[in-house]
Amino acid sequence: MSHTKVFGRRSVLRGGLAGILATSTMPLFFTRGAYAQEFCNAPTGDTVTFGFNLPLTGAYAEEGADEQKAYELAVKHLNGEGDGGLINTLKPTVLKGNGLLGKKVVFVTGDTATKADQARASATRMIERDGAIMITGGSSSSEAIAVQGLCQEMGVIFMAGLTHSNDTTGKDKKRYGFRHFFNAYMSGIALGPELAKAYGKDRRAYHLTADYTWGWTQEESMRQATEALGWQTAQAVKTPLGAGDFSQYLTPVLNSGADVLILNHYGNDMVNSLTQAVQFGMRDKQVNGKQFEIVVPLFSELMAKGAGPAIKGIFGTSNWHWALPDEGSKAFTKSFGAEYGSPPSQAAHTAYVQAILYADAVERAGTFYPPAVIKALEDFEFDGAGNGPTLYRGADHQCFKNVLVVRGNESPTSQYDVLNVVREVPREEVTYDPAIFGGDLGPAEPVPLCA
Amino acid sequence: MGNLVSKLSLSRRDLLLLLAFGAAVLLMPLWLSPFGAAYPDLLQKFVIYAIFAVGFNLLFGLTGYLSFGHAAFLGAGSYAAVWSFKLLSMDALPALIFAVAISGIFALVIGYLSLRRSGIYFSILTLAFAQMSYNLAYSVLTPITNGETGLQLALDDPRVLDRALGPQPEGLPVPHLLGLELTGYTGFFFCALVLILAFYITVKIFSSPFGLMLRAIKSNQNRMGYMGFDTKPYALTVFVISGMFAGLAGALLAITDPLAGAERMQWTASGEVVLMTILGGVGTLVGPALGAVVIKYFENIFSAFNDQILSNAFAFVPEGLRETVVAIVGKFVGEGWHLTLGLIFVLVVVFLPGGIMEGIRRIMSLFRRAQRPAKGAPARIQPAE
Repeated sequence: MSHTKVFGRRSVLRGGLAGILATSTMPLFFTRGAYAQEFCNAPTGDTVTFGFNLPLTGAYAEEGADEQKAYELAVKHLNGEGDGGLINTLKPTVLKGNGLLGKKVVFVTGDTATKADQARASATRMIERDGAIMITGGSSSSEAIAVQGLCQEMGVIFMAGLTHSNDTTGKDKKRYGFRHFFNAYMSGIALGPELAKAYGKDRRAYHLTADYTWGWTQEESMRQATEALGWQTAQAVKTPLGAGDFSQYLTPVLNSGADVLILNHYGNDMVNSLTQAVQFGMRDKQVNGKQFEIVVPLFSELMAKGAGPAIKGIFGTSNWHWALPDEGSKAFTKSFGAEYGSPPSQAAHTAYVQAILYADAVERAGTFYPPAVIKALEDFEFDGAGNGPTLYRGADHQCFKNVLVVRGNESPTSQYDVLNVVREVPREEVTYDPAIFGGDLGPAEPVPLCA
Repeated sequence: MGNLVSKLSLSRRDLLLLLAFGAAVLLMPLWLSPFGAAYPDLLQKFVIYAIFAVGFNLLFGLTGYLSFGHAAFLGAGSYAAVWSFKLLSMDALPALIFAVAISGIFALVIGYLSLRRSGIYFSILTLAFAQMSYNLAYSVLTPITNGETGLQLALDDPRVLDRALGPQPEGLPVPHLLGLELTGYTGFFFCALVLILAFYITVKIFSSPFGLMLRAIKSNQNRMGYMGFDTKPYALTVFVISGMFAGLAGALLAITDPLAGAERMQWTASGEVVLMTILGGVGTLVGPALGAVVIKYFENIFSAFNDQILSNAFAFVPEGLRETVVAIVGKFVGEGWHLTLGLIFVLVVVFLPGGIMEGIRRIMSLFRRAQRPAKGAPARIQPAE
């Protein structure tokens, strides 16, 4: 093919002119609004957008669906619709149910698919395209840690949903990330003494652990707590997230000489592994002259419902339970039940509380400017949100409140009455020194400007 | 202009294609904004996965070897780039070089073993290797990959080169190119330029004698063998090149968002690039890039539609009927976006076996025929198979 005289003078001129025009107008499109805001997604109209980043598919999809209900309810209450829920019981609060700083709260949602990569992609979409002022949600610690890192880079506050790994507010803590949910370390402290009381101090434990950040820290914390009681650890085996079939991991358990199986699983994984363990007849076995027992350190109503009769008598811990007698729990359970016809799960509760606490901090700060909101949340002491007096510790952005030790109900009266609260462990007992996990929050200012 | 042609040594047709492609890519923020897709993160994904698909098409489109494990190279590239950020420097260049080299070596090993077989056995072998890499990254090699949590930057990373050059700013650093921070639109334009460069290389390979040899492998490898050509080195070379393209894409994913997760290596990710290529048009130059844009668009935009958005969109439908319409349409968007994608894929494969590009070609020929109705279609030359 010929390589000469491809373009005439005219077509070059015409093309060049078009190119110059395009390049000179491009900045108009790309930097639209870049000078108008001094921080990421500063609300300019009469609405303010929350971004709900939820696992609607994948291993924790059920928790995600419940969180979505809770967030939608929170938005209603913030805008003054419905019965107001926790806004009436939260103390202190400046929320009046007239939106946020006079702006109506609206929201966008994204599916994280219970994957860190996908969670970051959908959070970025909500920040860059939909202009979300705050991101909240998630039901897995790997999601939470990934999105929290992203929000720190973008300068958008992240109110973590259900995440129980020590790392979220430990070695991976971030200035822009906040967690209301409790963590694996607290579970260990709360559960240990109850296990010793029920099963004695001479036990050999076998761990099956979900193979990601939450599983690792959960296993570590449970080993610490049980070994401090005098228990031995026979073996700890990691299982992939979303494995479905756990029989290959369960078969070696009885031959290992262990007499307690600790399932560091959550969501569907826990439903599957626990049901299979019970089907294998493990709970009817005698090992070392003792009754074989199963422990699920992190328990939720949704999982308990999924596992059915398999959970009877099984010990675990929870962040919150809908049957708690305090004002906040009653108010939240009532308005959630009126809206959706079922009691809320702990995932729904922590999601709802996080949205309300963010809104309250914005009202108190009197601005959406993230560093001011962060200051308002740090070391904030409040009550009436369902867990008794609670502190949002400034040193690691972790909430400190009572932790529930729960046990599967032997004789449930309804499909929601699946867990009994054995003991409410007071906040003083589960408080720890933030230095033990290391990590660094990083700076709040200068505020990063998202694109 | 003639000068440019001789410098790039492209035919006039290829040069026009390259220019049009480059313009379309660089102007993406403009023409994609009516579709609600013009935000940096998604635009970056478009061009990065276009690189991945264009590279995959080099192997699949030219030689007909269908690799079901290409995501392994993407993942390897990502991990290599993040490690380069952690150990060496936040600059993008060492990360790119490191990632392409690592994924090239990776592809050489896997390719050497897999290319001993062809057809379905080759596909199964690559799939097996990719799943192996995924499981290694997911649980066995957690010290290197950080398992399911994903490899991330930390404040106390060594970053030897950066620290040697002076004190570091507070907070987590951002990947940059010689000081220019690669976030938002800057990141997109950087990726877009890399894509145009990758596209140029592809065009060159397509029109080179090497490309002809690869096409010959596709049409009849046995005949090549009988004629005395050793096809294996050619197939292995293009496998490695294709793996390096994937590694390049993986590195860019890490540069625009410094996190590498094991799910990037999963078989679904390998399957995705096959879908992109087939949807766009196997063996065409532009097709795979188009397919990548379509699939990423569905994944990010359709999956975000919820019932609230739908009932706003169907506000013109009367009250009682609206819920039904929303309930039906809702099955195809949001969590159900795979369903829509599957339907489109089936339609394309059944009615347009050559992908979107075949559709475009048909429409073009329709116009051409309308212009020149008198001229009879030239007789098609069929190879004697």
